[in-house]
Amino acid sequence: MELSYTVAVLIIPVFMFLFLGIVGVKLSKKTAGILGTLAMGVTTVIAYAAAITYFFGTDQGQVVDGVRQQLTVLDLTWLEFTKNLVIKIGVLLDPISAMMLIVISTVSFMVHLYSLGYMDGERGFQRYYAFLSLFTFSMLGLVLATNIFQMYIFWELVGVSSYLLIGFYYTLPAAVSASKKAFIVTRFADLGFLVGILILSFYTDTFDFMSLTSDPQAAISTAGGATFLGCSVMTWALTLIFMGGAGKSAMFPLHIWLPDAMEGPTPVSALIHAATMVVAGVYLVARLFPLYAVDVTALEIITVVGAFTALYAAAVACVQSDIKRVLAFSTISQIAFMITALGVATPELHEGVGYMASMFHLFTHAMFKALLFLCAGAIIHAVHSNEMSAMGGLRKYMPICHIAFLIGCLAIAGIPPFAGFFSKDEILVAAYAKSPIWGVWLSVVAGMTAFYMFRLYYKIFWWNNPDYGHHTPHEAPMTMTFPLIFLGLVSIVAGFIPFGEFVSVGRADYSGFHIHVDPKVAISSVVIAVIGIVLATVMYRKENDIPERLANRFRGLWTAAYHRFYIDEIYQFITHKIIFARISKPIAWFDRRIIDGTMDLLANVTNSASFAVRRMQSGSIQTYVWFYLVGAVAVAVITILCLI
Amino acid sequence: MFGCGIYGFITRKNMIAILISLELMLNAVDINFAVFNRFLFPGQMEGMFFSLFAIGLAAAETALAIAIVINVYRAARNVDIRQLTKMKF
Repeated sequence: MELSYTVAVLIIPVFMFLFLGIVGVKLSKKTAGILGTLAMGVTTVIAYAAAITYFFGTDQGQVVDGVRQQLTVLDLTWLEFTKNLVIKIGVLLDPISAMMLIVISTVSFMVHLYSLGYMDGERGFQRYYAFLSLFTFSMLGLVLATNIFQMYIFWELVGVSSYLLIGFYYTLPAAVSASKKAFIVTRFADLGFLVGILILSFYTDTFDFMSLTSDPQAAISTAGGATFLGCSVMTWALTLIFMGGAGKSAMFPLHIWLPDAMEGPTPVSALIHAATMVVAGVYLVARLFPLYAVDVTALEIITVVGAFTALYAAAVACVQSDIKRVLAFSTISQIAFMITALGVATPELHEGVGYMASMFHLFTHAMFKALLFLCAGAIIHAVHSNEMSAMGGLRKYMPICHIAFLIGCLAIAGIPPFAGFFSKDEILVAAYAKSPIWGVWLSVVAGMTAFYMFRLYYKIFWWNNPDYGHHTPHEAPMTMTFPLIFLGLVSIVAGFIPFGEFVSVGRADYSGFHIHVDPKVAISSVVIAVIGIVLATVMYRKENDIPERLANRFRGLWTAAYHRFYIDEIYQFITHKIIFARISKPIAWFDRRIIDGTMDLLANVTNSASFAVRRMQSGSIQTYVWFYLVGAVAVAVITILCLI
Repeated sequence: MFGCGIYGFITRKNMIAILISLELMLNAVDINFAVFNRFLFPGQMEGMFFSLFAIGLAAAETALAIAIVINVYRAARNVDIRQLTKMKF
């Protein structure tokens, strides 16, 4: 098929990973970095070509009845266990995967370029680029997967590359424990994902996305009303699959790994923990959305989890002092927005606008959040600290970064005409259409978003002017500012993309709606955002004691939010005090004492018994003869006695 | 005579002495063959021939054993059975 060259976007990064991983140390740092970036550039071009051909091509039955079809451009059988249990590897192109191709390749290329400047002179520069290639490969494989099993494989691969990159500074204990935490938490969530996959494929006899989603009603009804604990098995399967998504997308209560993941290099945070990997959960739900759409219970769970996480993360983000942590919680909150948008999207309601809004927000968020993270990286690069207290008044020193960060903040706050306004507005429309409660809820969170982002902005670029001493911060090098400028431009214009034209589930009842700015929702959301910004301006523009006084007034709330409402401590308590102390310790004791003990006892008895009889095997024939004689005499005597 | 042979076989340290004890036992058996044949089956000669056969065999066996002892002596400069522990694991 014409689009089969899409597979090159997988082959090039995996080849680069192997190449840089194996012979990278032989190359100079610069060569390795430029090679990696060039390869990523080629991948980006191919990804763009594929996406544009997909979206604008008209031949080969790509569009049937005004609906853009899902295309399987490559389909190989990998493992064939039985007639039904066949695992395939392929490349699936449909609106959301083509959209993700653009997002991932753009952000990844920008991060490759940016890292040339940011990681300059770091130890393990080649290793870093190898891991970036591995991540790009796995993430692209994830979005292009034709079946849920292939997706699961790449899902784990992104987890591994995330683990490797968070722990990039492996000499720092904090980075090591953060990478372990990220891996364990997401693995735990993936357990649910795997169980969900097994249940789903057990009842529907297929892994394939296209056959799963082409007739969701039939797929659901194949379960034949089988239930477990009062819910249908399909609800269980979908909820468990969502659990995997929630782990990767850092939904409450599985969000705890993401703030710690900020220990990795900042470009990695921009790529993996803001733009691409963390939206894998959203993508997963979107991929299976036709199934979710007919299962109201699962959708409700998704909505509640998403909405709660959005509020929780926004509240925490308001008081953090580490700029990357603020951005991390803001990411959690924004992804929760997307998840909620999916939750409130139903085909009957407003033509499934939530689905489109979620994908739209995913797209714009990837751009402006990557921008914000890369700006944060430039700032950290300049002042050598993550803490806001070490910053202030930076607008004079770093003008490009200042403008780019401001664009990012305006975009995330939802001020027209920046990208975030349009996508967030669509989400709010969808939420209000579902229920005013969710609408108001999300509006409040949107206001908080504006507040904490501008708090961050003012704290970094205005506030006071700390004494930088002899080391005045300066603008970053060109390789770092170019991605900022590019992503800044994208963040300005991305909102004008007629997204509704492109993204649909590939079925008639979802597609073909236009983005329409609902004036009521739009005006109210802008007003709320402006209120948030004004509040932040009053509190943080110049150095003053209002924030301090407010913090003292609400001391309890402030401390709780600063400590992320003690969720980490609760996990610590549950894992250490309950699971480790009450369950693992006794099991370990039983294992060491009873099971190992039995085996040790057997071995020891055998050992000492053989020591005891060792003297009999002296090798001295005379002793044997002596024994033999005594035995023979004894036998003879006994025989005689018996005979008498 | 058989008892003397056993006693010698068990208690002697010298390999030559052990060999002599072994011969003693063999000879005791030969005598037993001859004597019991004479007493129990006077008309037959099987026991006698068996003794003769055993004597011939004993000669060959002794030659072999002496050869081994000599070789052991060459290797170890010693024929004390308790000190020949070189091959012991």
